[in-house]
Amino acid sequence: MAQLLAVVIDGLIYSSWLFIIAVGLTLIYGVMKILNIAHGSLYALGAFAAVSFTSAWFNAGLPAAGSFGMLALAAIVVGLIAGPVIERGLLQFQYGKDEVVLVLVTYALFLILEDLIKFIWGVDPLFVQGPMGETPYSMLGTISVGELTYPGYNLLLVAVAIATGLVLAWALSSTRSGKLLKAVIHDREMSAALGINVGMTYFVTFTVGATLAAIGGALTAPTVSVITGMGAEVIVLAFAVVVIGGLGSLGGAALGAVIVGLVRAAAVHYYPEAELFSIYFVMALVLILRPKGLFSGAEVRKI
Amino acid sequence: MATILDAKGLNKSFGAVTAAKDIHVAVEADSIVGLIGSNGAGKTTFINMVTGYLKPDTGSIVFNGRDITALRPRNITRLGICRSFQIPQLFNSMTVGENLLVGVGIVAGTGGGWAAAGATASSPAAVVDTMLDRFGLGHVRDRQAGLLPEGTRKLLDIAMAMVVQPRILLLDEPTSGVSADEKFTLMDMVMAAVRESRVTVLFVEHDMEIVERYTQRILAFYEGRIIADGVPSHVLADPEVRRYVIGEHVPAAEGTAGHA
Amino acid sequence: MKFDRTCIAIVGLAVVLLIAGPLLPAWAVSLANVSLCLGTVVLGMMLLMRTGLVSFGHGLYYCLGAYAAGTLENLVKVSDIALMVLAGAAVTAVVSGLLGLLLSRYREIFFAMLSLAFSMILYGLLVKSAALGSTDGFNISAKTLAGFAVDGDSRRVVLYSIAVIVTLGSALLLHLYLSSHRGRLAGAIRDNELRVEYMGASVRATIHVNYVISAVLAGIGGALMAVNIGHIDPEMAYWPQSGEFVFVAILSGTGSVFAPLAGALVFETIRSFAYEYSPNTWQMVLGITMLLVILFLPGGLWSIFKRRKAG
Repeated sequence: MAQLLAVVIDGLIYSSWLFIIAVGLTLIYGVMKILNIAHGSLYALGAFAAVSFTSAWFNAGLPAAGSFGMLALAAIVVGLIAGPVIERGLLQFQYGKDEVVLVLVTYALFLILEDLIKFIWGVDPLFVQGPMGETPYSMLGTISVGELTYPGYNLLLVAVAIATGLVLAWALSSTRSGKLLKAVIHDREMSAALGINVGMTYFVTFTVGATLAAIGGALTAPTVSVITGMGAEVIVLAFAVVVIGGLGSLGGAALGAVIVGLVRAAAVHYYPEAELFSIYFVMALVLILRPKGLFSGAEVRKI
Repeated sequence: MATILDAKGLNKSFGAVTAAKDIHVAVEADSIVGLIGSNGAGKTTFINMVTGYLKPDTGSIVFNGRDITALRPRNITRLGICRSFQIPQLFNSMTVGENLLVGVGIVAGTGGGWAAAGATASSPAAVVDTMLDRFGLGHVRDRQAGLLPEGTRKLLDIAMAMVVQPRILLLDEPTSGVSADEKFTLMDMVMAAVRESRVTVLFVEHDMEIVERYTQRILAFYEGRIIADGVPSHVLADPEVRRYVIGEHVPAAEGTAGHA
Repeated sequence: MKFDRTCIAIVGLAVVLLIAGPLLPAWAVSLANVSLCLGTVVLGMMLLMRTGLVSFGHGLYYCLGAYAAGTLENLVKVSDIALMVLAGAAVTAVVSGLLGLLLSRYREIFFAMLSLAFSMILYGLLVKSAALGSTDGFNISAKTLAGFAVDGDSRRVVLYSIAVIVTLGSALLLHLYLSSHRGRLAGAIRDNELRVEYMGASVRATIHVNYVISAVLAGIGGALMAVNIGHIDPEMAYWPQSGEFVFVAILSGTGSVFAPLAGALVFETIRSFAYEYSPNTWQMVLGITMLLVILFLPGGLWSIFKRRKAG
């Protein structure tokens, strides 16, 4: 029983982390029909920037609690610089191309960004850590659930994931820009004909998506050693999440994250050998049973 | 003459829309039949059911004594029913010759009873050349199909249906998108090719001049039903046809000579 | 299917490469060897692309081929190169035959994603398989070829000659296939599946066959690479490896069976120099090259050659 509880809690924590990473990917795909492999690099950029920003903060001798602000700032700076640069500098010239070609364009971008990261931050592992070894991860203490103890930082992940989901859901359903965005998702040409600025929509969407990836990276940075290649590992997980849920669906990303999170946690607790295998097995299974993911409408084909 | 295609009691609806209602049609071998009706009357639905793209809700389709109702399009094609498309369906990155060569290859590859005797004797290139000649496409043989003008695309589309050696050819609006002065030339070529291969033809057409000139029998569709079936002069004079298909204001009980 | 000029050119190239082998410096033989192994895999990618499909999981078969060869050597103690490569081909044929039943229903991004999932499943299995060395993989050493010992000074050239024969043999067979009636269906399917079905051919069956052929080529490539390098690990199934195959295929273009071979050589040459002189910017060079090719040479490097020939 205790183990089952542990599976659920671990699973939901992992789900939260997955959701933060995957939601930007699904948003970008939903609006722009780009399956963005470089999302993994933006995640990595967020993590590396978090290391730089927090160490600058710690080095200045400022109070350690402020390092949380630095994590957020790092993510926002990365999102607001990389997002617009990539969208204006590269992607805007690619719209209308075949989806598979767009994947390849972002794959090329991924390769470029991977080396850009090595160029800026080097190839050695980095850590978000103050002079006394304090990290945002340890600062939040621990929380006990029955006999189980969890780092308080994990609660922050859960909170950020829920807040992100709610804000996005609200923005899409209740704001004017959200409704315009839905119109663009539904029918790009018609929206353009009705005077919606599709280019601006893409610009904003990509920047928001990039920022979400960077937030994922910045929040992960204090919990791991920040190394090159972390983007490659994460992007394929994020693919699994969004493909399971249904590409382009916000609810799908949430459901996909929960499924992958729980499956992985169950595997880790009951049969650790199946940790990675289980995730992709579920991904394949969902694709086989529902080729367009769990949350997807039927499409009509006509002669 | 023998019945080659026999559709019995076909019904098909999409939600609340009835696309076919109790359709009974027996087509004689070597005949040329026109299908007329306004948009949404059920002509293309009929073609789609005969070629296996749609399955009727009820009813059956028998070709040459064999029930083909449940077969897939490719199996129906292999039995000898082939179709053209309202919007030409070509292999756009290939040349005109290659488009036809694909069909020749499929026939040669599947072999058996499908390929008519004699066709196997000539080389694939020769078969292609014969077909190009029949449709007057010889001069564009090496042009890329995606870059052709619409009239030529229509011709190629029909030639691609003919190259797989059908016994029945279904043409979906062969002259739509073709200019007025080209459409008779196009139909003449198609009919000449058809006559040479002894093929039964069913074709959907909005142009009554074409229908009148080239068919021996007309089926008029309205709201999924066949409202008239017979020789052109008879069907085109039918008051219901004149009102619902041709769109004239005709009092319910009487008809007048001539048409728009 | 007929023996045309391309066939003669392939045979001619094979003869030249076989004669040149013993005369070339060691580094050139090694480079050519690796390029040929990669070229075999990319030949398979090319066939898929001609059919209109891009797989982001062909590492699955590359890795399977290598592990089949390696397992044969390590566990069954059969270390004959011919048998190892055959094992790679056989295992990939069986697995792709099964997976192809499913994948032949998928197109576009969904094909790419399901392929990716399958390759990651293998990766996930291998990294946790202690018996197969987990993440470290294991070393293999092929010792004989059809019973004759392969070692000492001649080893490098013998392995190279095998690669020449296998790769160019594959290229020849693939060319013959592509110019056959069945092979021509690949392009027809990419252009218009509906029409193919209405001409009486099965799109799924054709895709299935092409998928198996491309998988077997990847398996052969993987087995050859394993024999050559003498080491295999799960990274062969990891997605960046599959991405690399897509990369080389895009770089090459699909115009001719020579394109993947030339593309693989260009790629491996850039890689070996970049590794040496600038190990941390080599992916950037790749990425920029790929963008340039996508933007300016949608037909791949091969299209330059063709354009010049036409002009």
